[in-house]
Amino acid sequence: MNDGVNGVALGVFIFFFLAVTVMGFLAARWRRAENEHSLDEWGLGGRSFGTWITWFLLGGDLYTAYTFVAVPAAIYAAGASGFFAVPYTILVYPLIFTFLPRLWSVSHRHGYVTTSDFVRGRFGSKSLSLAVAVTGILATMPYIALQLVGIQAVLDVMGVGGGENTNWFVKDLPLLIAFGVLAAYTYSSGLRAPALIAFVKDALIYLVIAVAIIYIPIKLGGFDDVFAKAGDAFGQTNPATGKPRGALVPAEAGQWTYATLALGSALALFMYPHSITATLSSKSREVIRRNTTILPLYSLMLGLLALLGFMAIAAGVKVTNGQLAIPQLFENMFPDWFAGVAFAAIGIGALVPAAIMSIAAANLFTRNIYKDFIKPDATPKEETRVSKIVSLLVKVGALVFVLTMDKTVAINFQLLGGIWILQTFPALVGGLFTRWFHRWALLAGWAVGMVYGTVAAYGVASPTQKHFGGSSKEIPGIGEIGYIGLTAFVLNLVVAVVLTFVLKAVKAPEGIDETSPADYTADAGDPGVQTELPPATAGSAH
Amino acid sequence: MVTPLRVVIALCLLAPFVAMLWVGSYAKVDPTFIGIPFFYWYQMLWVLISTALTMVAHQLWRRDQRARSTTKGGAAR
Repeated sequence: MNDGVNGVALGVFIFFFLAVTVMGFLAARWRRAENEHSLDEWGLGGRSFGTWITWFLLGGDLYTAYTFVAVPAAIYAAGASGFFAVPYTILVYPLIFTFLPRLWSVSHRHGYVTTSDFVRGRFGSKSLSLAVAVTGILATMPYIALQLVGIQAVLDVMGVGGGENTNWFVKDLPLLIAFGVLAAYTYSSGLRAPALIAFVKDALIYLVIAVAIIYIPIKLGGFDDVFAKAGDAFGQTNPATGKPRGALVPAEAGQWTYATLALGSALALFMYPHSITATLSSKSREVIRRNTTILPLYSLMLGLLALLGFMAIAAGVKVTNGQLAIPQLFENMFPDWFAGVAFAAIGIGALVPAAIMSIAAANLFTRNIYKDFIKPDATPKEETRVSKIVSLLVKVGALVFVLTMDKTVAINFQLLGGIWILQTFPALVGGLFTRWFHRWALLAGWAVGMVYGTVAAYGVASPTQKHFGGSSKEIPGIGEIGYIGLTAFVLNLVVAVVLTFVLKAVKAPEGIDETSPADYTADAGDPGVQTELPPATAGSAH
Repeated sequence: MVTPLRVVIALCLLAPFVAMLWVGSYAKVDPTFIGIPFFYWYQMLWVLISTALTMVAHQLWRRDQRARSTTKGGAAR
């Protein structure tokens, strides 16, 4: 596939890349506050974002470059089973509608920057808070690494840096440059940089999808032909497994897997630190609720994007690494200049989430490890400094990860990360609604879920891998194949409930709850909620 | 407190879960829509349906909150 550099596409790509770099640095001046040396400013953009900025920011954050590459890649490889990303993102929004506004309120009342801040305040437990913070950091790191994999896929197809015969430095130089630039403007502008760049990213992505979904099927002879060809391709036997490659609709046996993956992933999504960072940067409860009704636009786009996987099959794209399927499809079907636009969309699509993720991980480290355990009297200025440095370290770590280890390692860890992050759900969402759970029971449940999930995922073999071959396994007691993360989550919950009864019976110390019921419904403008006055909030005035 | 309004809100938010997790109800090829198998277009249609339901829930919730703050304000006076 590496048939020389595609000059026009590369030129367009570099143009957009330079444009967002300039924006990234200028972002520091955008909506600048008087006191920029606080974590609220650097790490949450001053908690001032309205509906549209939040929409772009969350969209740019959740629908990452890796998603754009991996979802159609999964469809390309196996068909229907890869489409679970769509029900997954459908279920996310009614779910967060119920709990995210409560998290926003209590965080604004008490100045929480991370979910661990909340867990510590609610349960008076530094160890539970540490568990949540460490899980968050562990789950985020491989996710950042995968954003790099997304950029690499694009660079490969454009013919830069991918060649096996060049030495490692030349090969990885474009990636190093992209990441150096990203690190620099995240450091200087904080969350404002990805918020501003997200506009460009999304405009490009929507443009590319709209064009692709109309232009490519016309060239391929309509959706009838596309699906007929894909159906034939899936029907052929895969020599490695002796089974058909995939299917256009999931068979009876695959339906549990499909449903549990969708549900488990939906529950996990807003446990990720980067989702919460983007949420807390919004200026009112109403912004969040309104966003749950406009964010699904991205899900529709994701669904259309997934269909590109079938088009890649129908167009006869043959790649051994499925992640190159979509970039290769663009290269084959589009004129060079538009392929460049498409590649820029994916490349910039990697920069936005990578920046937010590194900020989120840095905030967790600063607030819940550095301040809680190393230097309790750190000033806001020191906190910001530590966070900025950690955001750099996190990115360097991700870079080393991608450059030194096989790509599959990052993918395995990301799979594990999804299972792990789901185990923080009972402490966080449980805590948002009730103080009934005992802090030690939650910690024990978390530990059981983590161990079960890790061991179970380790034991999954695939034709190409002995361990971590997939994310689903037989559910004990039910006998169907289901998502490991969800099974671990149920175990976690059972342990937490049973132990809470036990610990309450023996009157174990409950810990101090620094929050009060009214904190969970407070809105901007209420006393003690530190934000500017919101524009017309429902119900607050008569 | 369970009021009819809140039951409706809960149903709006629950419906997508029932529809999407019941995979057997939509795991089929026919009827196709402009050549796209049922399985795919049905789920994409649910993106729109669940968005509409969440919007309804959102509006009803605002009405519920307004009603509540009115009663509260009345009692204080």
